[in-house]
Amino acid sequence: MSQELRINNNKFIDQTTRLSFKFNGEKLYGYKGDTLASALLANNIHLVGRSFKYHRPRGIMTCGSEEPNAIVQIGNDPSLTDPNVRATEIELYEGLEAFSQNCWPNVKFDIGGINNFLSPLLPAGFYYKTFMWPASFWEKYEFFIRHSAGLGKSPSKPDPDIYDHKYYHCDVLVVGGGISGIMAAKLSAENNNETLLLDDKNTLGGATIYQNNDCFQIDGTHTNYWLEKEINKIKNIKNLTIKTRTSLAAYHGYNYLLAKENLTDHLSPDERKGKIRQRLWKIRAKKVIIATGSIERPLIFNNNDRPGIMLSSAIKKFIDFYGVKAGKEISLFTNNDSAYETAISLKKSGVNIVSIIDIRDKSSSKIVKEVEKHKIKIYWKHTIVNTEGYRRISFIEIMKLSDDGSGVIGKKIKLKTDCLGISGGWTPMVHLFTQSGGKLKFRSDDNVFLPDKNKTPSDQISIGSCNGDFDIKDIILNSNKAVKTFLGIENSSFDNLKVESSKEEMKRNIWLLPSDKPIGKTKPFLDFQNDSTAKDVKLALREGFKSIEHVKRYTTTGMGTDQGKLSNMHALGIIAETTGTNMGELGTTTFRPPYTPLTFGAIVGRNVGEFFDHTRKTAMHNWHVQNKAKFENVGQWKRAWYYPKNGETMFEAVQRESKAARESVGILDASTLGKIDIQGTDASEFLNRVYTNAWSKLAIGKCRYGLMLNEDGMVYDDGVTTRLGENHYIMTTTTGGAANVLTKLEDYLQTEWPELDVYLTTVTDHFSTISICGPNSKKILSKVIPDLDLSDEKFPHMSFKNSIIDGIKCRVMRISFTGEHSYEINIQSNFAKHVWELCMDAGKNYNITPYGTETMHLLRAEKGFIITGQDTDGTMTPSDLQMDWIIGKKKFDFIGKRSLYRSDTIRDDRKQLVGLLTDDPKEILEEGAQIVEKLNQKPVEMLGHVTSSYFSPNLNKSIALAVMKSGKKLKGKKFFVPMENKNINVTVTDTVFFDKENKRLNA
Amino acid sequence: MFIINCPYCGERDQTEFSSGGEAHIVRPKQPTELSDDEWAEFLFMRKNIKGIQFERWNHSHGCRKWFNVVRDTSNDKIHAVYKMGEKPPANK
Amino acid sequence: MKNKYSIFSLIKNAFSGHENWQRAWRDPEPKKEYDAIIVGGGGHGLATAYYLAKKHKMTNIAVVEKGWIGGGNTGRNTTIIRSNYLWDASAGLYDHALKIWESLSQELNYNVMFSQRGVMNLAHNLQDVRDLKRRTHANRLNGIDAVWLNTDEVKKFCPIINTSPDIRYPVLGGTLQKRAGTARHDAVAWGYARGADQLGVDIIQNCEVKGIKRDGDQVIGIDTSKGYIKSKKIGVVAAGHSSVIANMAGLKLPLESKPLQALVSEPVKPIIDTVVMSNAVHAYVSQSDKGELVIGAGTDSYVSYTQKGSHNIVEETLRAILELYPIFSRMKMLRQWGGIVDICPDASPIISKTQVKGLYFNCGWGTGGFKATPGSGDLFAHTIANDEPHKLNAAFNINRFVSGDLVDEHGAAAVAH
Repeated sequence: MSQELRINNNKFIDQTTRLSFKFNGEKLYGYKGDTLASALLANNIHLVGRSFKYHRPRGIMTCGSEEPNAIVQIGNDPSLTDPNVRATEIELYEGLEAFSQNCWPNVKFDIGGINNFLSPLLPAGFYYKTFMWPASFWEKYEFFIRHSAGLGKSPSKPDPDIYDHKYYHCDVLVVGGGISGIMAAKLSAENNNETLLLDDKNTLGGATIYQNNDCFQIDGTHTNYWLEKEINKIKNIKNLTIKTRTSLAAYHGYNYLLAKENLTDHLSPDERKGKIRQRLWKIRAKKVIIATGSIERPLIFNNNDRPGIMLSSAIKKFIDFYGVKAGKEISLFTNNDSAYETAISLKKSGVNIVSIIDIRDKSSSKIVKEVEKHKIKIYWKHTIVNTEGYRRISFIEIMKLSDDGSGVIGKKIKLKTDCLGISGGWTPMVHLFTQSGGKLKFRSDDNVFLPDKNKTPSDQISIGSCNGDFDIKDIILNSNKAVKTFLGIENSSFDNLKVESSKEEMKRNIWLLPSDKPIGKTKPFLDFQNDSTAKDVKLALREGFKSIEHVKRYTTTGMGTDQGKLSNMHALGIIAETTGTNMGELGTTTFRPPYTPLTFGAIVGRNVGEFFDHTRKTAMHNWHVQNKAKFENVGQWKRAWYYPKNGETMFEAVQRESKAARESVGILDASTLGKIDIQGTDASEFLNRVYTNAWSKLAIGKCRYGLMLNEDGMVYDDGVTTRLGENHYIMTTTTGGAANVLTKLEDYLQTEWPELDVYLTTVTDHFSTISICGPNSKKILSKVIPDLDLSDEKFPHMSFKNSIIDGIKCRVMRISFTGEHSYEINIQSNFAKHVWELCMDAGKNYNITPYGTETMHLLRAEKGFIITGQDTDGTMTPSDLQMDWIIGKKKFDFIGKRSLYRSDTIRDDRKQLVGLLTDDPKEILEEGAQIVEKLNQKPVEMLGHVTSSYFSPNLNKSIALAVMKSGKKLKGKKFFVPMENKNINVTVTDTVFFDKENKRLNA
Repeated sequence: MFIINCPYCGERDQTEFSSGGEAHIVRPKQPTELSDDEWAEFLFMRKNIKGIQFERWNHSHGCRKWFNVVRDTSNDKIHAVYKMGEKPPANK
Repeated sequence: MKNKYSIFSLIKNAFSGHENWQRAWRDPEPKKEYDAIIVGGGGHGLATAYYLAKKHKMTNIAVVEKGWIGGGNTGRNTTIIRSNYLWDASAGLYDHALKIWESLSQELNYNVMFSQRGVMNLAHNLQDVRDLKRRTHANRLNGIDAVWLNTDEVKKFCPIINTSPDIRYPVLGGTLQKRAGTARHDAVAWGYARGADQLGVDIIQNCEVKGIKRDGDQVIGIDTSKGYIKSKKIGVVAAGHSSVIANMAGLKLPLESKPLQALVSEPVKPIIDTVVMSNAVHAYVSQSDKGELVIGAGTDSYVSYTQKGSHNIVEETLRAILELYPIFSRMKMLRQWGGIVDICPDASPIISKTQVKGLYFNCGWGTGGFKATPGSGDLFAHTIANDEPHKLNAAFNINRFVSGDLVDEHGAAAVAH
C-alpha cells in the first residue's frame, strides 16, 4: 500500500527506517516512531475490531491509553501472544503481527454482527430478565454467552519472558512528562531534590511537544520549540532520573507507588532476546507531583461509534506527531475551542476540512478567528443527528439545535466525510489522586472533577491540566507557583515567562445530543467497548438504579479495558441531568488501580518457578539426594520422605525401613524440628507458664516432653525440652510450628510477662539433629563417641550429655520418638553431614538404615505418639488426647489452662483419641475416613475420623489412630468405616499398639 | 502500604511487621477466678474500632520487638507509636 | 407478579423502545415504625427481608442501607459458591444455601446466573491430602457431592493447571464438588431487593444508622440519617461494620474487620471453565461470563475499614497463580479492589440472638459469606420471626464463644473462600 496519507518532514518519525508488519495477515509498512495505530491509519485502515456486545465495527478512536476500540491480539506464538493490546500504545517494530479480536471469521465480515440486529432485544441487563427457562438450561445459555464474550485469547503456554522489580526511594516523584511535569522536575532537581520523572510514552513533552501553532507562544517562540529546549536542559541535571515508557500503575497510601517500565515490547523479536521484558518500580517518594494531564471527551450522539470517528485531539496528534492524515475529507464536531487547533494543524498539512460543527452559538476567540481566516465552513449551534457508513464513516447528517439544546430544528444537511473528529471538552486525569485516597471537588463551569487540596491524604500536589488548568498560560503560571510552594523554592527560572494563548470564551455542554429520531431509535454510545448507550443509562434510572455504582454495574458502562476513561463523565452527566441531581453531589465511581492494565508477570517479578517460595534444606540434604531419597514438603523444608531401593514402591521401602529400625538400627535426619535456646534466671518459670506440665524440678541434664496449648485450651505444639544448665534450656518444636511458636513465646514474654528474665533465640538452622534408633543404636554411638559412658545408669532415657565427635562439640540426648532405645545427636550444621557419614560408617555391619518421615510416622503410631497437626486439628484438648497426665493440676496457671474448664471443654463426650484395628488385618484404613456406629442412617451420625493409619510390619497388621466421640469409653466396641464402595469393620483399641510396657527403651 | 516507625529501628515498610490486634487487653492474673463469660470476654471479644485504635504490632522481620501503635482504622493513618509498658498517648 | 421478566416481556418491551419497564424496587421514605428492621442492604440483609415477608408474612418491614444496596461485600467478592464444609453444622448451613441457589433465579424471577461449573480444592502437601480426604468423606456421608481426584484427574478436569511434580508445591490431588460454582453477585442483591419490594418491604438507601435505642433489655428503634425509626425487632447484617453497630447497642462481638482484596484480569475468551481453589499456596481463580479471570487474594493481618489492602497481598496471590498457571503471566490485571471482612476466631459465622431482646446479629462470615446468602437470609429470617434459631443455625449462636463449642473451620481451610 502506498503511504499517501503520510506527510513528510516530521521529526518524530524516522522515515528512513521502514518497518514491515502484518495486520490480519496482510503485509503493511510503517516507520520507526509509529504506533500500530498510526501505521494502520497511514495505510488507510480504520476498522480494527468489533465491539463486545453487538459486534459493531470499530476503529481507532484515540491516540493513547484511553483507547476503547482499537484493541488487538499481538503475535500468535502460544507462549508469547498478548491479548487486548491497544494499537494506540504499542510501538511498531519490524515483524509485528497483529490480529483483530472478537470477530469471526474476520473483522470485515463477522457472524457476531447479527447481535447488532438483535440489539433491540439486548438492552442493559437483558440477561437478568431472561435465560431462566427451563431452569436447568442456564449453563447451556451460558456456554454461548461466554464464547461470544471475552476479547482476545490468553496465551496457552508458559511465558518465557523475565520480569523484574526495582525498589526506589526519592525525594520527589513527578508523574507525567508534559509541560508541567517537565517544569516540576526541573525545579525539583535544581533545588537539590533527588527526583524521578516518569512518562508512559517513549518521548517526553506530552501534547505541547507537537503544539506548533501561532496562537500559543512562550517567550516569543512556539510552545513546542520552547519545551524542546527545556527538555534538552533537564537531560543533564544531576539528581534527576528520567524514565520513559514507564507508566504509573498504582498510588497507594504513604506515597507508595507502583510503575511499570516497558523494556522490550517496542523491540523486534530478535532484539528482545536475553532482555528483561518489564520492570515494576516500587517507589517510596517523600513528595509526589502528579502531572498526568487530561483526556479529551467524546460527544454522545446517534451512531457516534463508526470507524473513522475519532477524538479531535487524536487526529491532531496523528498529523502533528506521527505525520499521518486520519482522513482525506475530515469533519470536526465540537463544543469547545480545541477542535479549532486540530483544524489549523490539518489545514497546515493540506488536509481538506469539510466543515466544523459547533454546538455553541458562536465564539470569537483568537483561535476561532484564525480558523475562520482559512474559510472553513463552521456550522454554529448545530449538532450531528446521525452518521452513515458500516465499516467506515461516509456521511454525517446535521441539524440546528434548539435554544435549550433539547431538540433539533430546521432542515437536515447531509455531508460527505471519511473521518470525524469529536471534541467534548477535557477530563482531568485524577485517577492517581483518588487512588491515593484524595477526594474530588466539582467545578461546574466546565463540568470537571478536580483534586480537592484540602482533602489530600499524603504529601502531594497535582499540577497542569490534571488539576484543571487547560490554558497554556494558566498551566505555566499555576504549575510554577504550586511547585515553588510545595518544594519551598524562592526563585524559579519560570518566574518571568511571557506566554501567549487563545483564551476560550464560550462554553456549552450537552451530555446527550438530540437527534431528529426518538431516543429509542438511536444508538448514542457511551462506553464504546462495552456497547453501553445513553439509552441504557436512562433505562437503568427508569428501573430504579439511582446510584452511579448501580448504573455502572447494570449497564457495564466504564467496565471495559479502558475502565471508563472516556465514558464515565458522560454517564454521570446523563444521570445528573435525568434525575435532576447536581453532578458534584452525585460523585464519581471509585477509580481502582491499576491506571492501565498491568501484567501479572510484572507484579510477580522474579518470584516464579524455583523462586516461588524459599526452599529450606538440611545440612545432610545432598546425602539424601545421592541416596535417592524421595522428599516431602513440610512447610518450606524439604524432608527425606523415604529411600526406595532397587525399584521399591513407597510401601515396600517404608516396610523395610520400619523393620530395620526396630530390628537393628535406623537413622533419621531430624534437623528440621524447631530449636529454641532459652536462657535467663526465670527460664524454668517461663516454661511452667507456657507448657501444661511442671518444669521447676527438672534436673540439669534431663529432658522432658511438653505440650503447649493455645489460650483457648487446644493443643498447639509439642516437643522435648532439655535442661542444659541452671538457667539454660533448649526447646524443640514441630517442624511446621517453629516460627509461630517463637513468635508466640516472644509475645508473652514481651507483653504479658516483661518481668521475667528470659531470652529466646532460634537455633533451628545452627544445629542439625541426627536421630539413631533401634536395639543396635548404642553400638553405633559407642563407635562414634567411644569416650561416652552409655550405660543406663550414667546416661538414662530422657537425659543429655555434652560430648565430642571427631573433635566436634555436640549434644547427645537420649530421647525416643519410636519407642526404641535411641539417641539424638545435635551438632553444628557445618559438620553435620560429616558426622552423619561417620554414623553410617559405624553402622555398616548393623545394616544401619536411613529412614524418612513416613517411617518415622509409622513407628511413632505403633507407639501411639501423636503428631500435632495430624492427630490434632486445633480442636483437641490434652484430655481429648488421653494425656491428662501432662496437665500440671497443681500449677497456678499456664497458657490455655482456664479454657480447659469451660462448659464445652469439660464434656466427657468430646472427640477423643483412640486406637483402631480393622477386623481384616490386611485392610489399611484411609486417613481422613469417617467412623459410624450404624449403617444406612439418615442423617449419618459421624463419630469421628481416622487421623493416622499404616500397615505395621512389626505387628504384621494394619493399625490406626482416630478421634471419636466419647472415645475413652469405647474400647473393644465395634464400628464401621464407610467408604464409597464398601464398609470396613473396625474395633476400638488402646492407642499403644507395640511394646506397651516400654521395654525396648532400655533394650 | 503504610510505614511504621518502629521505636527500636525507625521507619520501616509495613511488610516488615505483623499485627497483634487490639492493645491493652491484659491477660488476667488469676484466670481460674473468672467466670466463663469473663474469660470469653478476654479471649474473644474485641472492640474492633472504626477510628482511633490502640493496637499491638511486632517487628517480625526486623528486631522482633512488640510495641504499640495508635492508628486510625478508617484511613490507616498512624498517630503514635510507643513501647510495651509505656503509657499510651494522652488522647486515649 | 407485576413486571414479570421473561423473553416475552423483553420482546414486548423492545417494541416500545424499553420505555415501559417499571422500577425494580421503590424508593420510599422510612415510616415511623416497622415490625422489623434489617440493618444492611447487602445480599444477606435483602434475603432476610425477602424471607421474612415471604415465609413469615412480616411485610411491614424495612431494610436500611448506609449506601447503595449490594455495594459492600456482595458486590466485591469473587462469587464462589460451594457447600463442601467439614463440620456437620457448616455442611448443613451451606448446603441449605446451595439447595436454594439451585432454583433461586426462578424463585426470584431474576437471573442470578448460578453456574454449577464445579469447584475444585487442591492439595499440595500430605497434610492437605489428609484434610481434604477427611472433608470429602464427611461431605459424602452428609449427602454433599464431593469426590476426591488424583493428580491426573485434576489435570483432566482443568487442563491448564500446572500439575508437574517438579513445581515447588506440586498438586497431590484435590476434591471436586460439581454442584458448586459461581453466580452473578449484583444480581443476587437486585433480585432479592426486587422480590422483597414486591412483597411490600421498604428498601431505604442512603440511610445510615447512627444509634440503637434500647429500653432496658429491649431494643426499641434506631437513629438514622433519615430520622428515628421505631421497631422492636432489629436484625443487623452489616458485615465489616457489625462491630460498629454492636458498639452502638453497647455490645462487643468476637470479630475483627480486615481488608480482603480481589482482582480481575482483562477479559479473554473462555480458558478456564471451573473454579479452582488452593489454600496451601493461596490461589483462587475462575472466569466470569464476561471473560475476566476473577482472582481472590488474601486478608491483611490488621484491622482496617479503608476497603484497601496492602499491595504485597496481591503480589503474593499472583505469585501463586503463576505457580499453578504459568500461562497467565502475560495476562493483565484490569482492576483490583478491597472489601472489609468480619472474621470470627473460629472462621464460622454468627446467626444469633443477643443478650438484648429483639436485637439479632448475622455476621462473622469472614471471607466466604456470598455462597451462604440465600441460606443465611432464610435462617436469619426464621430466627428473627420466631425469636429462636432454626436447627440449622443453632450451632452458630454467639454463646459458643463462652462455652467453647466452636465450629472451627480453620483446620479445613485457612481462608474459607
